[in-house]
Amino acid sequence: MENIAVQVKNVEMHFNMSKYKIDSIKEYVIKFFKRELNYEDFIALNNVSFNIEKGDVFGIVGLNGSGKSTLLKIISGILKPTKGSAVCYGSIAPLIELGAGFDMDLTARENIYLNGSVLGFSRKMMNEKFNEIVEFSEMQEFLDVPMKNYSSGMVARVAFAIATITQPEILIVDEILSVGDFRFQEKCEEKIARLMSGGTTVIIVSHSLDQIERLCNKVMWLEKGKIKMIGSTEEVCNIYKQS
Amino acid sequence: MKALLSVFLRYRFLLADLTARDFKVKYRRSVLGILWSVLNPLFMMIVLSIVFTQLMRFDQSQLGVSFLIYYLSGFLIFNFFSEATNTSLMSILSNAPLIKKVYIPKYIFPLEKTLFACINMLFSLIALLIVYVWNYFTTGQILPLNNWTTIFLLPIPIIYMFVFSLGVSLLLSAVCVFFRDIMHLYGVLLTALMYLTPIIYPVELITNPKILMLLRCNPIYYYVKYFRDVVVFGNFPSLRLNLICIVCGVVSLLIGVLFLRKTQNKFVLYI
Repeated sequence: MENIAVQVKNVEMHFNMSKYKIDSIKEYVIKFFKRELNYEDFIALNNVSFNIEKGDVFGIVGLNGSGKSTLLKIISGILKPTKGSAVCYGSIAPLIELGAGFDMDLTARENIYLNGSVLGFSRKMMNEKFNEIVEFSEMQEFLDVPMKNYSSGMVARVAFAIATITQPEILIVDEILSVGDFRFQEKCEEKIARLMSGGTTVIIVSHSLDQIERLCNKVMWLEKGKIKMIGSTEEVCNIYKQS
Repeated sequence: MKALLSVFLRYRFLLADLTARDFKVKYRRSVLGILWSVLNPLFMMIVLSIVFTQLMRFDQSQLGVSFLIYYLSGFLIFNFFSEATNTSLMSILSNAPLIKKVYIPKYIFPLEKTLFACINMLFSLIALLIVYVWNYFTTGQILPLNNWTTIFLLPIPIIYMFVFSLGVSLLLSAVCVFFRDIMHLYGVLLTALMYLTPIIYPVELITNPKILMLLRCNPIYYYVKYFRDVVVFGNFPSLRLNLICIVCGVVSLLIGVLFLRKTQNKFVLYI
């Protein structure tokens, strides 16, 4: 048991397709009388169970809409599963969408502190790590420019630098390595490799099989919310490529 | 409870940073910056006092103090409530991008808005101080009127109002996620509430018992009364008034917390 970093047990996630499009009382009443409130149940994840061991670099592959991002959101605590449970043993750094916590009216300097506190880091720690973040993102010249003037690549650099500043026990990476120029991508991969050697568990979602093969030691293949296959990288990737 | 506290402590920096962000965004590129928190109520007061004392020939003698002070004291505490709740209303919705990507305790957002409104009100108290000084030099009146030591009780009505506003804010921010209509309705509701609170008129002016009843059903009425007793008239608030304020605050906070807790897991599906 001690070796387990993430434990996902019988997770099911349902969405009411029609219900959450209703935003006002008026709409609700109209739909109610027209009897259009019969919910279309959409099952994003169907009875998914697996364990991730500490130190694993766990890849998740699958076509669009197979439930990968939903699964990551459940693991990082943003969504509550309809049934089942997902437990993480250790601190999580979710890199689900970079720059989510940025306020574009503020400067990069202010945003670094704000984003740090969004991730639950203390002020003292941010003061210590500030220079390291700036250095990694290479944004020294633009520190006091409002972020709305940044390009998306520049935003991603700052965000990645903040999120990986600690040694988290679990790092969740969703499709983010595809931003930035190739040199920065290399830098990110290097950083992830360094985190991994320090014992961090990494969960990666990517459409680039190349990247998965290079980084991961275990891969899970999701199809329409169900686990199609789970095993070593080579095994799964070979079959996935053929499908 | 212990877990709740540790989560709160972990996110206290976020609370501080969000409040700082609100200040920065609100006053960015304005020359006078935070001074506007003082000037705004002053200007409002001047406009209203001209309307009421010059145009409408309002009789000031019933008030015991000048209309300016009567109005400003009521306005400050009511404005605290209205700003806190009105900005909280949208607080969860407008932070949707954040809530969708990272786990953050949801109550942080309405709490932050209430805190921001509270700090803003504390700055606005300077406006009241200015009027007090001006009043002293023109009439020689020392305020609070009957017993100036009641001014030391000032934090009490502010804390009461904070608790009450926080409860309403928590409730509204959660309700607004599911029914956006509230957003449009609440402005009207606030205006109605403002006229139901003796801010620009003295309570004594109301003689119709039915309207008086209505007035007494409005919790804000008691907070405004408490604030004025302490800050303007120098009366020690009665035990009854204290109890009303505490009970209203606790009930509002309980409703807010319970509703938010029950619904917060569904937020992410609706925003």
